[in-house]
Amino acid sequence: VHLHRDVIAGTLFILIGWFALAHARGYPVGSAMRMGPGYFPVVLGALLILLGAWIGLRAFRSHDWQPIVWGWKPLAWITAAMLLFGFLMPRFGLIPALAVMFPVAAAAGRDFRWKEVLVLTAVMCAFAGGVFVFGLKLPYRLFAF
Amino acid sequence: MDLALGFSVALSLQNLAYCFAGVALGTLIGVLPGIGPLTTIGLLFPLTFYLPPLPSLIMLAGIYYGAQYGGAITSVLLNLPGETASAVTCLDGYQMARQGRAGAALATAALASFLAGCIGTLLIALAGPPLGEWALAFGPAEYFSLMLMGLVGSAVLPQGDAVKGLAMVVLGLLIGVVGTDVNSGAVRYDFGVPELTDGIGFTVLAVGLFAVAEIVMNLESRVPQAAFTGRVSQLMPSVSDLKASFWPALRGTGVGAFFGILPGTGPALSSFAAYMLEKKLAREPARFGAGAIEGVASPEAANNAAAQTSFIPTLTLGIPGTAVMTLMLGAMIMQGVTPGPQVISEKPELFWGIVASMWIGNLMLLVLNLPLVGVWVRLLRVPYRWLFPSIVMFCCIGNYAVNNNPVDVYLCAFVGVLGYVLVKLKCEPAPLLLGYVLGPLMEEYLRRAMLLSRGDPMVFFTRPISLGFMVATLLVLAIMLKGLWRRPDQRA
Repeated sequence: VHLHRDVIAGTLFILIGWFALAHARGYPVGSAMRMGPGYFPVVLGALLILLGAWIGLRAFRSHDWQPIVWGWKPLAWITAAMLLFGFLMPRFGLIPALAVMFPVAAAAGRDFRWKEVLVLTAVMCAFAGGVFVFGLKLPYRLFAF
Repeated sequence: MDLALGFSVALSLQNLAYCFAGVALGTLIGVLPGIGPLTTIGLLFPLTFYLPPLPSLIMLAGIYYGAQYGGAITSVLLNLPGETASAVTCLDGYQMARQGRAGAALATAALASFLAGCIGTLLIALAGPPLGEWALAFGPAEYFSLMLMGLVGSAVLPQGDAVKGLAMVVLGLLIGVVGTDVNSGAVRYDFGVPELTDGIGFTVLAVGLFAVAEIVMNLESRVPQAAFTGRVSQLMPSVSDLKASFWPALRGTGVGAFFGILPGTGPALSSFAAYMLEKKLAREPARFGAGAIEGVASPEAANNAAAQTSFIPTLTLGIPGTAVMTLMLGAMIMQGVTPGPQVISEKPELFWGIVASMWIGNLMLLVLNLPLVGVWVRLLRVPYRWLFPSIVMFCCIGNYAVNNNPVDVYLCAFVGVLGYVLVKLKCEPAPLLLGYVLGPLMEEYLRRAMLLSRGDPMVFFTRPISLGFMVATLLVLAIMLKGLWRRPDQRA
């Protein structure tokens, strides 16, 4: 048994709306005349729950129950590459961060060719250093350790 | 004539050179898939810090136009919109490219943009100052109704699902709430992360939703969406193409000029609206989405016309219509120019200089891009397995560069996951982005309007201009409601 994509979408919107509402309870709502910081988020949260319910319930009238094929593998590799870049950049500098980011990102692809990836990494490291550090003079160190 | 003053300023050799440099750099970076005008401007921003106000703004404007046209190229050839405004161009432009008519699509986009640019410049010169004054009559109620109309309209995407569009708008508005509330100083939804007190950056959201999620979508598809391998032969559109796209381009210009002058709407909304208008007017609406040349000419013209006229609210009221205009506004303030109604009278050379250089920028775009299309296309011939790690690099550095902070990169990765899930659930990300951009302004105007009316919501219906926007919003909603409870898989 799998869920209709609109059931998932509706549930997602309801959860986000509920989350927003729950958090907004900590902020003063105020009145319609003098709105506090909680007023707008409360309205939006409630609206999102309503729309989510609408989307989710509407799905039961649907005949299109094709399963969604998720591409978790490329998603995981790309996300990991970005997280690694963010982690390494301030600690080790631009070149080490890119040298790690490129192979990890490339692993998300269908065919991973070591030699190509190595050449690509080297070329793009030189390009990024040349354009961003020497050309645009962004305040980054190439190597920071 | 004030425009003559503008041209005399903009045609100085130095300003021409900055305009040219901006257009060339903007196209070069903007043509790289997944890098929109905002990221491009964000990356090239530091170059203009050391210039005097006028050249710096002229160069930024040039970068903007170049990046926008670069976005049109990637939309047509790779189906990768660089920004919300060019998402519409993808629908038919990419189909035309697949039918071997990429050259005609690109030339049409450039010509339509140029036509819109000429008319847009004229419009600003003729109607700019009085229209700026008309907009001065807007109170908070008018602004709120206007933005509501813009958001509801954006939810009705072509081929989209209206209820999901509305949900995405609301989600975008909620994301816009994150950060410090200007009125009370309260910090909302920061979850103890100090970086979130400034809110979630536009670059984070735009890059995450459009670039990161897009890469994953491309990688998982059975037939990986290869880089453009076809040939762009026969660049010039045929006479029948020109005939077919002339009126749509003119109508698109009208739509774009209208939406551009209203603060808070801007190019993205206008290209959607222009596309919808053409689809409604067409004898065979089914051709849209299958490579109709009107579907390229009209939104591209609207896009450019709106980009041009949206300088009016930015320059005269200090209210940016779009995120890009927000950057321009930031640059102005950084240069010591206080935006507001006094700019036209006190600094005419600045106002008219920018207006004139916008036209020159458009001309350069035509002169630079039509002959160089072959060069840009060669950039796109790089295989996707080389390109996507490089795009990830640009996403990382682009986000890192905004605040020199890794948190923006982490957030962007998270938004990428969210965007991917949403796209898989068939939720269009574009309305979310518009909601996010307009959210903080909208909340502010809602508060002010309700404060002025002592909590009476009828204020939105008793003031005539606001009533007009509200009636339009309700009309759009009524048209949508007809199809709302329809089965999601039963769509025309």
